[in-house]
Amino acid sequence: MGKRVTFGNTFIGIALIVPQLLLVFTFFYWPTGEALYWAFTLEPPFGGGNQWVGWQNFETVFSDPKYYNSVKVSLIFAVGTTTMSISFALLLALFVDRQLPGYRVYRFAYFWPYALAAPAVGLAFRFIFAPQAGFVSAINTYFPGAWNPATNGNDAMLLIMLANAWKMVGYNFIFLLAGLQSMPRALLEAAALDGAGALRRIRDFQLPLLAPTLFFVLVINLTESFVDSFGIVEIVTNGGPANATDLMVFKIYTDGFVGKDYSLAAAQSIILMLLVVALTVVQFRFIERRVQYT
Amino acid sequence: MADVSIRNVRKSYGKTEVVHGVSLDIPDGTFVAILGPSGCGKSTVLRMIAGLETITAGEIAIGGQVVNALEPRERGCAMVFQNYALYPHMTVADNIGYALKVAGVAKAERRRRVEEAARTVELTEFLDRRPGQLSGGQRQRVAMARAIVREPKVFLFDEPLSNLDAKLRAAMRLEIRRLHNRLKATSVFVTHDQAEALTLADLVVVMNAGTIEQIASPRDLYRHPASRFVAGFIGSPPMNMMPGVITAGGGVEIAGGGRLAIDLDDFDIEIGRAVDVGMRPEDVILDSRMQDAAATGQPALAFTAELTEELGATRLIYGKSGARDFAIAMPASSPQLPHGQVTRVHAAPARIHLFDQTTGLSLRNVARAQAQ
Amino acid sequence: MIERTPILNFVTHAILLSGLVILLLPIFIVLIATTHDLPTVNTVPMPLWPGSHMLENWSAAWTKGDFARALVNSLVVAVGVTVGKITIAALSAFSIVYFRYPGRTVLFWLIFITLMLPLEVRIVPTYAVAADALRPIKALFSLGNIDIGLPEWNLLNSYTGLILPLIATATGTFLYRQFFLTVPEELCESAKMDGAGPLRFFWDILIPLSATNMAALAVIMFVYAWNQFLWPLLVVNKPHMMTATVQLDRIVPGPLFGQPPIWNEAMAATLIVMIPPLIVVIMLQRWFIRGLIQSDK
Repeated sequence: MGKRVTFGNTFIGIALIVPQLLLVFTFFYWPTGEALYWAFTLEPPFGGGNQWVGWQNFETVFSDPKYYNSVKVSLIFAVGTTTMSISFALLLALFVDRQLPGYRVYRFAYFWPYALAAPAVGLAFRFIFAPQAGFVSAINTYFPGAWNPATNGNDAMLLIMLANAWKMVGYNFIFLLAGLQSMPRALLEAAALDGAGALRRIRDFQLPLLAPTLFFVLVINLTESFVDSFGIVEIVTNGGPANATDLMVFKIYTDGFVGKDYSLAAAQSIILMLLVVALTVVQFRFIERRVQYT
Repeated sequence: MADVSIRNVRKSYGKTEVVHGVSLDIPDGTFVAILGPSGCGKSTVLRMIAGLETITAGEIAIGGQVVNALEPRERGCAMVFQNYALYPHMTVADNIGYALKVAGVAKAERRRRVEEAARTVELTEFLDRRPGQLSGGQRQRVAMARAIVREPKVFLFDEPLSNLDAKLRAAMRLEIRRLHNRLKATSVFVTHDQAEALTLADLVVVMNAGTIEQIASPRDLYRHPASRFVAGFIGSPPMNMMPGVITAGGGVEIAGGGRLAIDLDDFDIEIGRAVDVGMRPEDVILDSRMQDAAATGQPALAFTAELTEELGATRLIYGKSGARDFAIAMPASSPQLPHGQVTRVHAAPARIHLFDQTTGLSLRNVARAQAQ
Repeated sequence: MIERTPILNFVTHAILLSGLVILLLPIFIVLIATTHDLPTVNTVPMPLWPGSHMLENWSAAWTKGDFARALVNSLVVAVGVTVGKITIAALSAFSIVYFRYPGRTVLFWLIFITLMLPLEVRIVPTYAVAADALRPIKALFSLGNIDIGLPEWNLLNSYTGLILPLIATATGTFLYRQFFLTVPEELCESAKMDGAGPLRFFWDILIPLSATNMAALAVIMFVYAWNQFLWPLLVVNKPHMMTATVQLDRIVPGPLFGQPPIWNEAMAATLIVMIPPLIVVIMLQRWFIRGLIQSDK
């Protein structure tokens, strides 16, 4: 953990870490503790202290079809956005890795969307795919009613997935390209001498060797789409139409701040937290393994 | 400047003791080399003097003042590290002057002293460069200048030459010695390279497994090793070593055949005692007239040459005496020794070393040896 | 690569180029939209050649969104969070790596585990804490029945409220720790011999040495802080404290840009919000990528 050579002044040492500990306590552990407390208590309607209700809040959550809907659409969103974004990024990375003239330009041009704010990206996509304006709804002139995210839940879901995937392409591209470029060139050259063509090399060598990186971006993407999807939903669909894009994070927000039901929001937070913990644990176990290989 | 006195110093990490009671007095202005194999505790001793390691037991005094409880900066030592430990983001001038800056020396004065130190090690034209732009030898000089500039009471060197190539190492060795002759500051130099220790130091301290084996001048160390360890550690190729038994009439009977003449008065021994017999390769004499030991009655060993190494001025011959490995060094001008042929070899009685088989200590009568 | 067959090269360029078009097209459409008047922007499909109303749309967006104010707010928050994160991460990592006191491993894990507690999952109680940031401390003391008489510290509608809760950083602390562990031991010893104490060593040696890592981390943190949305949305409800991203929430459909949406002006506002982090990323491209790859390893 530390150095062989250290400084003797323990007081200074502790003083240096105290600011971060205070922040972590005030804004992380205390709220988390409070979320747990709220999740297992209820505030009586006529005031007074919270009362212990055990699993009741969780039972409420799990008996609400809207919650199952929220979990379902979150899963669809996470899987859909992750698949789209990673496969597109992988395609680009594989071809940029061929290092033809100009590949440096591409390398830069592909990653910048990741730097944009989610709500801004959301708003841009909302316009482009707007039913009464923009661009895509031109399709409605030929196939009336084919595209309307304002009324059609599937269209709305597709829209937020596209926006999020578009934003994440850059991130995935950077990691996949780095993964590809860290492979020993000699290996691919040997394969080429063995007669393997470009596609065959991708299938037999690059993809298997890239598997650890792919897995890594996969977990990160899933985590991000569960946790970091609020901005796009809020701006593009506001959870609608008819809860079709009512992702878990968004539901916590509306139940907590619009519905003012802290206990219900807290119980959902705890569930989402467990999901994040699980994904992070998977990610770390995996990193441990990867370190051993390299 | 100051003398350094180390009194029964011990160092433990947890339950493992790595330095088992070391005592050493370094007179003011002396250049001392601490020599030993890696892991013998030599660096630990140096770092305890510097204040980079706490002292588990015992006392270290610099200039008469016990420094056990003092911070490194309060001890008045400067140190040259094995990898130089230059601050990579500072210029050479800033590296050299950093200690002065910390001490609050005024800018003009600092500048003057940095330039003077740089001149001493011939670095003046590199003052504005960064360590990354310098060669190994130049970095070494910066490290030296950084030590010099503080005008310390004691210079500490932690294997400072081990990162240089052989040629540069020899050149820097000379330069360090020249510098010492000029500054006359007390210096402690830790190394595992016997050539460095023997050429640089006024006094060599040989350490092994956390204890001091011998403290002596380079010449005495070579001629009169105090123990089997020192005998084997100093000299290259190492001393030939074989077990034997003292016989009446000034001889030692070598196990596995052969006999050597010794002067019994030189040693504190009795007839019939089992000893380890040592003979330096360069002390071996071969006599082609003594083909038949029985005929001449001269005590000698049988030696069969197997391999010859020409080293320019010297020739090394490796072979076997009985079943044991045996090496001979001789001038390159002497006649070749045909491989496979048995030769009889011996050494002057004064050049034969005897060691106790259990303690490994030299059996030579010290008083008499020094009188010689 | 290995083969240089014309066909394969053509395919490569074709794919890379279409990738570029797909990634650039949305922004291009948005940009074109800001150059049309309202009827044109609402035609379906919107014409893809630029119109002549760019200036008036942008200036309308600028005024309606009060971006002069909002961008300053965002800048203050982004710089504040970046500086705060870097400072606090460096100090904590220094403490953990260069001092030996009991429990420092536990403290490191306490900081590191916050990685699993993103703002979104603790959003409701964190908001509650922001109403009085000293409440957790008071509560801690009241467990021992001590009233230490701390005042109430309301963070809502303040820069402190926008910045402080975002400063703690597991990733930053971890990165600094990793970096400090690679600094040769001799540098610290050498500094000790030169008479430097811990703070002097930290400031004179460690900080300059970590400049590269710091730059990479700073670019990432800046973009992260600039793009914050959920937290400012909650903590701020006074117009003069709104950050740029929050202004977007009030555009379509919203109090600022009306309903039905005035798309040409709304898109100009979108671009205004996008541009600052984009400039940072373009200028500090190398650091950004480096920081990205570092902080997820």
